[in-house]
Amino acid sequence: MRVLAAMSGGVDSAVAAARAVDAGHDVTGVHLALARNPQTYRTGARGCCTLEDSRDARRAADVIGIPFYVWDMADRFHADVVDDFVAEYAAGRTPNPCLRCNEKIKFAAVLDRAVALGFDAVVTGHHARLGPDGLLRRSVDVAKDQSYVLAVLTREQLDRSIFPLGDSTKAQVRAEAARRGLAVADKPDSHDICFIADGDTRGFLAQRLGEQPGAVVDATTGAVVGSHSGAYAYTVGQRRGLHLDRPAPDGRPRYVLSITPKTNTVTVGPAEALEVSRVRGERPVWTGGPRPDGPVECEVQLRAHGDVVPATVVIDGDALHAELRRPVRGVAAGQAIVAYRPDPAGDVVLGSATITA
Amino acid sequence: MAYLDHAATTPMLDEALEAYVATAREVGNASSLHAAGRRARRRVEESRERVAAVLGARPSEVIFTGGGTESDNLAVKGIFWARRAAGGDRRRVVSSAVEHHAVLDAVDWLGQHEGAEVGWLPVDAAGRLAPDALRAELAEHGDRVALVTAMWANNEVGTVQPVSELAAVAAEYGVPFHTDAIQAVGQVPVDFAASGVAALTVTGHKLGGPVGVGALLLGRDVPTTPLLHGGGQERDVRSGTLDTAGIVAFAVAVETAVKGQQEYAARIAALRDDLVERVRHAVPEAIYNGDPVDRLPGNAHFSFPGCEGDALLLLLDARGIACSTGSACSAGVAQPSHVLLAMGADDDRARSSLRFTLGHTSTREDVDALVAALPGAVERARRAAAYRTPR
Repeated sequence: MRVLAAMSGGVDSAVAAARAVDAGHDVTGVHLALARNPQTYRTGARGCCTLEDSRDARRAADVIGIPFYVWDMADRFHADVVDDFVAEYAAGRTPNPCLRCNEKIKFAAVLDRAVALGFDAVVTGHHARLGPDGLLRRSVDVAKDQSYVLAVLTREQLDRSIFPLGDSTKAQVRAEAARRGLAVADKPDSHDICFIADGDTRGFLAQRLGEQPGAVVDATTGAVVGSHSGAYAYTVGQRRGLHLDRPAPDGRPRYVLSITPKTNTVTVGPAEALEVSRVRGERPVWTGGPRPDGPVECEVQLRAHGDVVPATVVIDGDALHAELRRPVRGVAAGQAIVAYRPDPAGDVVLGSATITA
Repeated sequence: MAYLDHAATTPMLDEALEAYVATAREVGNASSLHAAGRRARRRVEESRERVAAVLGARPSEVIFTGGGTESDNLAVKGIFWARRAAGGDRRRVVSSAVEHHAVLDAVDWLGQHEGAEVGWLPVDAAGRLAPDALRAELAEHGDRVALVTAMWANNEVGTVQPVSELAAVAAEYGVPFHTDAIQAVGQVPVDFAASGVAALTVTGHKLGGPVGVGALLLGRDVPTTPLLHGGGQERDVRSGTLDTAGIVAFAVAVETAVKGQQEYAARIAALRDDLVERVRHAVPEAIYNGDPVDRLPGNAHFSFPGCEGDALLLLLDARGIACSTGSACSAGVAQPSHVLLAMGADDDRARSSLRFTLGHTSTREDVDALVAALPGAVERARRAAAYRTPR
């Protein structure tokens, strides 16, 4: 096959591209330039879209022996991921930009362009398994598993995706990179959000959304217990940084229970009030089999690297309903609910939806 | 492989390569006083004379440099500084909107860091400068102009400028005129003295010499402040141990290219005309950019409406055809060409362009390969363009 390897400049995508060559594919490397001004993005070893990363990717492509180009996706990334990120927070939700980037950029804009240019598939260095059965499964390296952020992909997208790393641990990938003479073998992993240079999400949002002072209200008493400079800066389940004027009557810690953009209110309450047994999602995708017309017993994961919980899931039109077997704390709208079927050969992604409540 | 990117760099001529290797085996710093040094010095001075002879300059007007970018920077900044230092509030720099970045960015830098004011001369739809526009500029600002710099021939669209006329206008106002002739030497007749310019940039690797060596032809009466301070090897205008082997090979290449220019231009222009005709036949909607007549013989530059140049480049590259989008890159990301924009093209047309440049090793087979691959590539690139960011 003619395949396009998305190369971030990190070790995973470099090894993925090399494995695609070994598998007999005709591979072309592409680095996605996502920053309008690369200096404003994370620099050095931690980023994924700086000039240095672009050079690392090019050098890896040289070593692997494949053509390499840079594709300018900055405007698209800005519109579909960065602006979306800000708008979601402004709407009181907690978005996952990596997931959005997969859904809108890597496996949409890039994949579509690649197909139009005559490529058959896109190869990435995600840690997830995608075998000949077409099922997306967790990586053997559970700690590095990225199936959660890939679960938004549709059948059509998965059919044109190759994830060569799913059967390897991160340590194995690094060792292989060193063996292949790839200089990125010991490059540190990227963390956090690539377009927030200093990791200060609250500051990033404040710059774009401005100061919006409002009240922090106790859910139990209805009393105003503090103030904030923008409800968008809070996430459901958050405990730190609330700066409450008064302690709760019972002296126990309080958590963010909800954010109401309309009234610019942050509601806080005790930990138990965070517990959720029912989750609703919208825009479901179902790739683990035919779309179910009845309840499905499965496990669900409600945030990246979150615990899994047994649940019953029902798809109803454009909605997904999940009944959790045990309550979970800190479920935030905007995150994905991903349904898995436990499997000794790697838990299978059944489907996903964006959490609305 | 069909190499259609000779304007980026062209293969070294055998005679230049042999001269390089033979000279590089010899020890000797041209500034040393002993026999080995004298031998190196002789090689350098012979080379200086050869370059001067074929380019219509005196040997003392040849300043060897580390290539085109250095020569351009030396001329633009060096003449600006010297003229400003001479008094009279001469701090205006006049340049054209279609210069190579080695001039463009040097001029910009003077504006941002040295208090220069810049007058940009416009070009017409063919990329040509008008001497009248320069005359109007100098009539208005002449007494404050430090220098005029305008290229001899454009590296992207191949348009050849009326350099002698422009230089004559500058001379009327007593303003030194620099020209970047990197793309011109060996392609069109270039005579330093006859052109009337004060300074002229030439580089080796565009005409069959090595990369990293070039010259600034600089009139004796043109005060120039050095960029590089040190041993003062080149007329005290340029310092650094002379690259004897590089200079020898450069001189061989310049001499060969200039002496063979007429024959070369006739052969390559015919091949280019064939390429242009067949590309137009294969892709009828292609737009041929640049001046159709006053043009470098090896240059063919097109816009392919509805396509993106970088997509076309990728597809042609996969078919073994090397060409260029002709535009500047930052981190490899294609920016719309400032040359096309200055010629009045819109953003889409500027981004849809590709440059094919022929050189001394080009053959009809190269053109055949391009014409065979192009229609399919254009069709694919057009489909792919739908998936780019809406602008």
